[in-house]
Amino acid sequence: MKHEESIMAKVLEKSDVGRDAFPVTRIRQDFPVLQEQVYGRPLVYLDNAATTQKPNAVIDRMSSFYRHEYGTVRRGVYALSEKATQAYEQARAKVARFINAPISCEVLFTKGTTEAINLVATSYGRPFLSEGDEVLISAMEHHANIVPWQQLCLEKGAILRVIPMNDQGELLMEEYEALLSERTKIVAVNHVSNALGTINPIKRIIDLAHQAGAVVLIDGAQGISHIPVDVQALDCDFYAFSGHKLYGPSGIGVLYAKLKHLDRMVPYQFGGEMIESVTFEKTTFAKAPRKFEAGTPPIVEVIGLGEAIDYLNRIGMAAIGAYENSLLAYATAQLEALPEVRIIGTAPAKASVLSFEIEQVHPHDIGTLLDREGIAIRAGHHCAQPVMERFGVPATARASFSFYNTREEVDKLILGIGTVIKVFS
Amino acid sequence: MSDYSELYQQVILEHNKKPRNFKVLEGAKFYALGKNPLCGDQFAVYVNLTEDGTIEDVGFQGAGCAIAKASASLMTTQVKGKSKDAARQLKDEFQKMVTGDLDVSCDEHHLGKLTLFAGVKDYPVRVKCATLAWHTLEAALSGKAEEITTE
Repeated sequence: MKHEESIMAKVLEKSDVGRDAFPVTRIRQDFPVLQEQVYGRPLVYLDNAATTQKPNAVIDRMSSFYRHEYGTVRRGVYALSEKATQAYEQARAKVARFINAPISCEVLFTKGTTEAINLVATSYGRPFLSEGDEVLISAMEHHANIVPWQQLCLEKGAILRVIPMNDQGELLMEEYEALLSERTKIVAVNHVSNALGTINPIKRIIDLAHQAGAVVLIDGAQGISHIPVDVQALDCDFYAFSGHKLYGPSGIGVLYAKLKHLDRMVPYQFGGEMIESVTFEKTTFAKAPRKFEAGTPPIVEVIGLGEAIDYLNRIGMAAIGAYENSLLAYATAQLEALPEVRIIGTAPAKASVLSFEIEQVHPHDIGTLLDREGIAIRAGHHCAQPVMERFGVPATARASFSFYNTREEVDKLILGIGTVIKVFS
Repeated sequence: MSDYSELYQQVILEHNKKPRNFKVLEGAKFYALGKNPLCGDQFAVYVNLTEDGTIEDVGFQGAGCAIAKASASLMTTQVKGKSKDAARQLKDEFQKMVTGDLDVSCDEHHLGKLTLFAGVKDYPVRVKCATLAWHTLEAALSGKAEEITTE
């Protein structure tokens, strides 16, 4: 306990430095929704793990693109289409640089993380998984990183295995090593748990999987917005994330995949733009990324995602991460001081997510009461029912922070929780 | 904190803390399990009927939010001694009240104490919480022991 306290003190000490340096007041002006009121009170938006708000830069860029630049991509011979194609491919290059992918064609656009994972399960899993092979996921996955693998295993007669975790919400790495074998073909784990906030040791997970001969998919839906990602340093085979959790539009996501895999993988969908030539007898497919982007893509969403990345780069992902850590430490320390509150997920390495329960109070009642104070949190199972089961709760309340949140907002949350406790005592 | 008192009335909070008829009716002939898959709430409702179809005893078990639990508790106190048909009518009126289709101040109704839940109509996402036990009761009374969901 003493040890933990000293860690917290250190975190708080560091966080004060971060707080002074980080221009949160100015940043809040960039997000129009944050100026809104709910039930006559200023909106305190703490559901950032579900989806993030959009800065003016993204909204204006998409609007301006619709007004002045919109055209189809990769097929028009006229100027409007050529320029739209350029902007579209520039956005791909921005994504590639953002995650340090060596080449842009390793970046595929999808609808979101869910589709990206389904794409890998279908286009890699189906052809390369055989009966008796094993797919390894973790006990803290979102349903989107469970169900595609479970269904794939059912179809192929493969076996789904699960890396367990401890009571703090950390993966048991020794158990993981023991589970790895020559039968393991795919390892799929999240970078950061959406239900617990745990940051998983993905570099080590990837290295161990590769030693066993397996490929690794990282579900980066929660990681990408808090932690600088370098896919080359990680050496992951696949990294998936969503635009809407990265301050960009909804309906757009990214799958990073090593080219050597993309070349071998089968197309996910068939149609226009993904072909090289078509006759009624035979079709030859285009190379990646087009091979995996059938049909007209969400053009303006891609442009918006590129703009969101520019915006984040101007602030700096390292600065964002440091500030968010300081907020999380500040909120955690205050919540820990309330005896009626139990925090679910207490791993030493966490990002942005604070899941909790209040004795004798259902999370939905917490959510409703806080909502009337203008405070938006999530209440539910967070699409991670096995995690809820592991911790013996039907649901949790979850506050999740962004770099546009403030300590004053955390204070409002804590005050609100105090009232919840009073109302239900 | 303000504005919540229409929903979280003292009686509702009290029923949440001390639910009435929170029991399993051993050997109950009529039974159903109701689930709200979105939040994991789940209640079992047990009913014993007399030969003429009057609800002789009713009990419930399970876990859910304050609204769901208090609604289940108050439901049991209101349907006991009523006929199956009267209970079904109460269910319909209750459903209409919480969805805003029945105005308790001017429309005719038999809701009595259940009007405590009239505030739910201002919280559309909580309608399923308030009606879960009632849907479960209806399923139990139908005589086909089954599982129902709000979805």
